[in-house]
Amino acid sequence: MTRETRQLPNRSLLKLVAGAAPILLVLILLPSLIGTYQVQLLIYGLIAAIAALGFNLLLGYTGLLSFGHSAYFGIGAYSVAFAVAHLGPHSMEFYLLLGIPIVAVTSALFGYICVRHTRIFFGILTLAISQVVYSLALSFYWVTGGSDGLRVPRPALLLGLLSFSGSHGFQFFIKSYYYYVLGIFVIGVVLMWVIVHSPFGKALQAIRDNEVRARFIGLRIRRFRWISFLVSGTFTGVAGILWVPLNGLTTPDVLYWTFSGEIVFTALLGGFRNFTGPIVGGIVFTYLKTYAVASTEYWQLLLGVVLVTLVLVLPTGIVGAISRARQRLARRSAVT
Amino acid sequence: MAILAIQILNSLLYASVLFLIAAGLSLIFGVMRLVNLAHGSLYAVGAYVTAWLVGRGIALGVPLGWLFLLLPLGALSVALIGIVIEPLLLRPFYRRAEEYQLLVTFGLLLILEDLLRLVWGGTPLSADTLMDALPILHIGGLFYPAYNLVVIAIGIVAAVILWAVIYHTKFGVLLRATSQDRRMASALGLNVGLVYVVAFGIGCFMAGLGGAIVVPTQAAVLGMGVDALVIAFVVVVIGGLGSLKGALVGAVVVSLVRTAGIQFFPELELAVLYVIAALVLLVRPTGLFGTT
Repeated sequence: MTRETRQLPNRSLLKLVAGAAPILLVLILLPSLIGTYQVQLLIYGLIAAIAALGFNLLLGYTGLLSFGHSAYFGIGAYSVAFAVAHLGPHSMEFYLLLGIPIVAVTSALFGYICVRHTRIFFGILTLAISQVVYSLALSFYWVTGGSDGLRVPRPALLLGLLSFSGSHGFQFFIKSYYYYVLGIFVIGVVLMWVIVHSPFGKALQAIRDNEVRARFIGLRIRRFRWISFLVSGTFTGVAGILWVPLNGLTTPDVLYWTFSGEIVFTALLGGFRNFTGPIVGGIVFTYLKTYAVASTEYWQLLLGVVLVTLVLVLPTGIVGAISRARQRLARRSAVT
Repeated sequence: MAILAIQILNSLLYASVLFLIAAGLSLIFGVMRLVNLAHGSLYAVGAYVTAWLVGRGIALGVPLGWLFLLLPLGALSVALIGIVIEPLLLRPFYRRAEEYQLLVTFGLLLILEDLLRLVWGGTPLSADTLMDALPILHIGGLFYPAYNLVVIAIGIVAAVILWAVIYHTKFGVLLRATSQDRRMASALGLNVGLVYVVAFGIGCFMAGLGGAIVVPTQAAVLGMGVDALVIAFVVVVIGGLGSLKGALVGAVVVSLVRTAGIQFFPELELAVLYVIAALVLLVRPTGLFGTT
């Protein structure tokens, strides 16, 4: 019995490796086949996937809908911008080392407040707190640049091994940064997979499914939710840290509550009941938004229609719909 | 002294608009348990439609006095939108988890915001002719437009009418019955679907009226709905979701804090409001006057 439970995470990790290896191979080979612009889009997609992956630990696995995850994304982005402006080393590793504790501490702090409530009150509380951060960023313009935001130049990667100044720096930066983000993305996915399949992850799902029973078997519900919030906010914060050097600029827009809505949208698009849902959602949403913005001035309209149809027709998201279709096919072939 | 009086009047002006938005939001939540993220955008639609109607009216040479009748017309158009939206889009979601309701109304918000841009473009739409049509009052040597007093009066009248409808009419009884126990109300033979449509329509009318009366004092601009929504959230969080009295008290508190904030701590004005909302949620998640 104990042996089996101990083996379970390993086996599921093996399953992840087996399933993800071909996709990872494609992701590694892809930049040599497509143009710089496409690679850049793909980086944005991977970053959105990391943010949604973190967000979904709360929604999909803990059953808490946060409408304030823009705060953690934005705090990650702004902590890099502050480091650029005020601190010395211009290196991505330094930004990560500095930014991750900052987002972890803020999500721990905000999470501690927010997990006192659930359901709609949790949503509004997260929204209110993210709006506090937004209005502070907007008001203290002498620190944050106000609505102009703060500029972030291209940092050096791998402890200064790769730096990107000069006229050809941009293309080289995009290629290198792609692999950099891909590396962190893979680490993030593995980490999240382990978390979700660990006893801790199972406890979260138990709390999500039946809070009263979870309390009866002795789970400390609020603490579990708090840790889940902390991990979730940190993941989204890492996405913010990775996003800002690529974007070159951070503005209060990434702190505004509609950006939180986009993160929710992303997770839902892929399907929040599946582990891979938010990842697929992140990449699909990035392409969807980019092409919507490029093709029409009224891209919000397009996104809104997609969102409403999605909620009406595909409530389990892209991945959910695919896996259901696959199950139905398997059942049909089993019958015949 | 005169400055103080004008500041108080200003905050009452802001409070009556906020009350109209927040009371609609609160009514819809109270009856249907639906948090309508598109509510602010409906308020913006009210503002745009009214400004457009007033512009048309002026172009057609309608006498100034008659233009005031366009204000309720702007609000009615929003109510009409609500009556269409509720059965078509929202009804399938009452049985499903709250997350989906938030998402569908968020989608609606995106659609409405862009429809406004599609129809009226990016330039602000103004209806200040109405404000200029009324005289300017002198309060202790300072000037104050009489139109602002009209707005305050409309806010007060709306509050009284809404209170009378909810607590002193048969429809109000049906409304409260549905809000307390939807299944029991339905089992007693009440047409819950109809109550929902009417309640949603009234909520939208209030939002539209807020937009209609605000547009002569400040032009309709893109993004006004999204901004109004979060402030309306602060109001209902302070007052209590689903409570009429709460919406009133919340609106007054928020606008007083805001007016004081603009005067004394302009940088922190919005942040203070959200902090108050977060604190109220922590101490009393149901707000000052909320139940359940």
